[in-house]
Amino acid sequence: MRVLSVRSLSQRLKMQLLLAVSCAAFFSSTLWASDVATLRQGTPLAEVNVSPALLGNAGDGNKRKARVFPMQPPIIPHKIDGYQIDINVNKCMGCHARKRVEESLAPMISVTHYMDREGNFLAEVSPRRYFCTQCHVTQVTNKPLVDSTFVDMHDISSQKNSAK
Amino acid sequence: MSISRREFVRQQATATACAAAGIILPSDASNMITALDDTRLTWSKAPCRFCGTGCSVNVATKAGQVVATHGDIKSPVNRGLNCVKGYFLSKVMYGKDRLTMPLLRMRDGKYDKNGDFTEVSWNTAFTVMAEKFKHTLNEKGPDGIGMFGSGQWTVWEGYAGVKLMKAGFRSNNLEPNARHCMASAVAGFMRTFGIDEPMGCYDDFEHADAFVLWGSNMAEMHPILWTRIADRRLSTPGTQVCVMSTYEHRSFDLADIPVIFNPNTDLAIANYIANYIIQNKKVNWDFVNKHTNFRKGVTDIGYGLRPEDEREKIAKNANNPNDSESIDFDAYAKFVADYTVEKASEISGVSEDALIKMAKLYADPKIKVMSLWTMGVNQHTRGAWMNNLIYNLHLLTGKISTPGNSPFSLTGQPSACGTAREVGTFAHRLPADLLVAKEEHRKTAEKIWNLPAGTINPKVGAHAVLHNRHLKDGKINAYWVMCNNNMQAGANMLEEGLPGYRNPENFIVVSDAYPTVTAQAGDLILPTAMWVEKEGAYGNAERRTQFWHQLVDAPGEAKSDLWQLMEFAKYFTTDEVWPKELLANNTSYKAKSLFDVLFKNGNVDKFGLEQTSKDYSNDEAKDFGFYVQKGLFEEYATFGRGHGHDLADFDRYHQERGLRWPVVDGKETLWRYREGSDPYVKKGSGFEFYGKPDGRAIIFALPYEKPPESPDAEFPLWLCTGRVLEHWHSGSMTQRVPELYRAFPDAVCFINPHDAKAAGLRRGDKVRIESRRGHIISRIETRGRNKPPKGLIFVPWFDSRQLINKVTLDAIDPISKQTDYKKCAVKVSKVV
Repeated sequence: MRVLSVRSLSQRLKMQLLLAVSCAAFFSSTLWASDVATLRQGTPLAEVNVSPALLGNAGDGNKRKARVFPMQPPIIPHKIDGYQIDINVNKCMGCHARKRVEESLAPMISVTHYMDREGNFLAEVSPRRYFCTQCHVTQVTNKPLVDSTFVDMHDISSQKNSAK
Repeated sequence: MSISRREFVRQQATATACAAAGIILPSDASNMITALDDTRLTWSKAPCRFCGTGCSVNVATKAGQVVATHGDIKSPVNRGLNCVKGYFLSKVMYGKDRLTMPLLRMRDGKYDKNGDFTEVSWNTAFTVMAEKFKHTLNEKGPDGIGMFGSGQWTVWEGYAGVKLMKAGFRSNNLEPNARHCMASAVAGFMRTFGIDEPMGCYDDFEHADAFVLWGSNMAEMHPILWTRIADRRLSTPGTQVCVMSTYEHRSFDLADIPVIFNPNTDLAIANYIANYIIQNKKVNWDFVNKHTNFRKGVTDIGYGLRPEDEREKIAKNANNPNDSESIDFDAYAKFVADYTVEKASEISGVSEDALIKMAKLYADPKIKVMSLWTMGVNQHTRGAWMNNLIYNLHLLTGKISTPGNSPFSLTGQPSACGTAREVGTFAHRLPADLLVAKEEHRKTAEKIWNLPAGTINPKVGAHAVLHNRHLKDGKINAYWVMCNNNMQAGANMLEEGLPGYRNPENFIVVSDAYPTVTAQAGDLILPTAMWVEKEGAYGNAERRTQFWHQLVDAPGEAKSDLWQLMEFAKYFTTDEVWPKELLANNTSYKAKSLFDVLFKNGNVDKFGLEQTSKDYSNDEAKDFGFYVQKGLFEEYATFGRGHGHDLADFDRYHQERGLRWPVVDGKETLWRYREGSDPYVKKGSGFEFYGKPDGRAIIFALPYEKPPESPDAEFPLWLCTGRVLEHWHSGSMTQRVPELYRAFPDAVCFINPHDAKAAGLRRGDKVRIESRRGHIISRIETRGRNKPPKGLIFVPWFDSRQLINKVTLDAIDPISKQTDYKKCAVKVSKVV
């Protein structure tokens, strides 16, 4: 895992700022380009994007990711290519089941996963939680197509604190 | 910013030491914030913004922003669960490129079809737009304008759209994008039962012994309903799951009976099962004799292509596809007798053994069966037929309207049922299943709306696919696209969609929260408030109507669809858009604004601002000066109350996790058409299909017919399109959520490894996917979640950089007018 140094981070910020300023100067009026569909990344509608991205293989960084908010289903930080999760086998539970984590050192599935529809705790994982990939997904390392302005609730708390 | 582990431990030690010494650090320097003011989140309920399942979501707000979402434990739909998209709902409103100002194509300070998008005020936007609509209405009348709305519209947005188009502009050229997803289901319901929407409900999941998926990858497309099937299957021994599809997908992971059939041959399979039921004397005669009729539909009905297409010219019944004649049981039995197991197996490519296993699920009176389907059945040139054929199996065996016995048409959009279907935002419809072609229905609507007789135009409007053809042909010149991304979603984009939007004669308005492909193809883009930025109501697939409050404010000048529809009405007077005769006979309506006529009619403006919630904002109510949502809803509910579509009082829905209509005497209805469960069923009748005049549902004789285009020497592969779990529809929301984007960043071409090898292709190779209509470039995936058989590829349509609808064919079901996105012929070749 490559850790970005503070210096390179601030350099990058400066670059972005410079870019933003120059863009603002360029588009000083309220003119937008004609190709507004951000996700098309500039390919005109009648034309074909000739360089689709390489198959996005999720990395095997084994680095846990912070959750966006506490009840977010954790992202899968490792490869799951070829994992069998079907009527016969659930490979994920081989490591993440309560009885397996001591050996695997993997995090145990959430206690919510032992609850049935009515909120009663069961002796084993609830079958309604059986198919892990309905909530838990792997991640490729691509830069997002569009930045997000979503603010973490923690940052809102801290902002308020520093304002006090 | 990351810090090293050593630094992290050092900070922790400092904080602990300070605490021990009684030194209080400011709370953000401590590692815990515990002050209630800082940690408290405001939680409210809202239905999910995505599919038709209708999960309830708890939404947390703080400092005017949505900061978290999770499954609502109190909701009977999802009991605390969400799929991965639902969990990341919190982020869908926060793409950096949210539209905050109207954008008009301009050159030299004025509108120009070939100009660049330029920010303008709402007043300028609506002035230019009104001028274009008025000009077209003058030149061509109501046929010259059109609106393409949405199954994602809130109930009152759809209703306001219907009023503006059908009563205000007197045009029935109003369609929802739900035409692409649910029209065949609607046609199926109307033909078999005479009333739209499922008779059963989600409670069937906990009662059924067998689940048959007729064309639905529920594991990815309805994940939360899939958890209910998984729960039942894995916790109750003896439960069986049969999954049918033209390719293997994730739902097969739970399949006891996996069935891969040749495209279009589901028609033959359904007829074989009916034949099996009859041959093995498993017909429920008591039920069939009392509650059904038999009819034979016309055949050779074409594919709804342009009339000059050879395939239309030779189709005998292209002009009357919905016709049918009465037959008796013997004629029906003789008709399906052709579909022996051998013949069905030969046509479908499914083993006789698997077909017999399937048939037994329906035939065995002890097995409670739930049939489920979505786009595999509906996006089908014989989609209405397929819906009818599935109902046949439940009617022949009487397995209907009782817990666990349930033919269940699933919905793709959050309010395809609640808005598109129940409100009637289709070219032929009015609210509560009423039709524009029927004089008494128009009169009912005119009476409820306080409008003069003759206001509503009796001419059925153009359906969705015709919209694009009419735009291309210059027949529709002023067009408003709202709450959908039809340039990406409509089939045959290069031959029909794009030339239509860019036709110099046309003015195209696109209302959206984000700059989509459709927005780019338009001339005026209106920035739109979304989801919990407005007060709303959705209706899900089990007839459950759910409300939510406005929880946050929309960014910049973005306004809800409701505000846009109502505000735009202010730019027109009756004199400008209604015929002289209509006004001559009704002078009190002269020179009034459409806003006054439609929305200040004594109903819509009946409830004052004091009735809005004290705890939540309501931008539209504030702006118009009355509780618009309540007024619209209560007026709309008048259509259905006492007519089998009863909705509860407005205020109650804000308290409930939804209610399933008909809501009679305050009670929701779980199973319709059965005595004791449905208050509309007459005492002593047992069952009553009261949508039909004689209370009997129809069993249809309909054959297997070939699709409009099949693979050949030049285009040797089938193309099937669809969705993936992580993205919803065109990806305009989910592609802007970094976690969802990174989970499935690009569309890929799922292909059978043998087909790949034969073409000299390896996993990840760049390929050109080409049909007679256009091509895209993608990369092949041979090991992914979808495993097509030889001869078929699957490409998802969420990726706006790979517009697969340049390749698809705009053939439709001639009855339902729904596009078949599941089969056309393509070739795949390596790009070097």
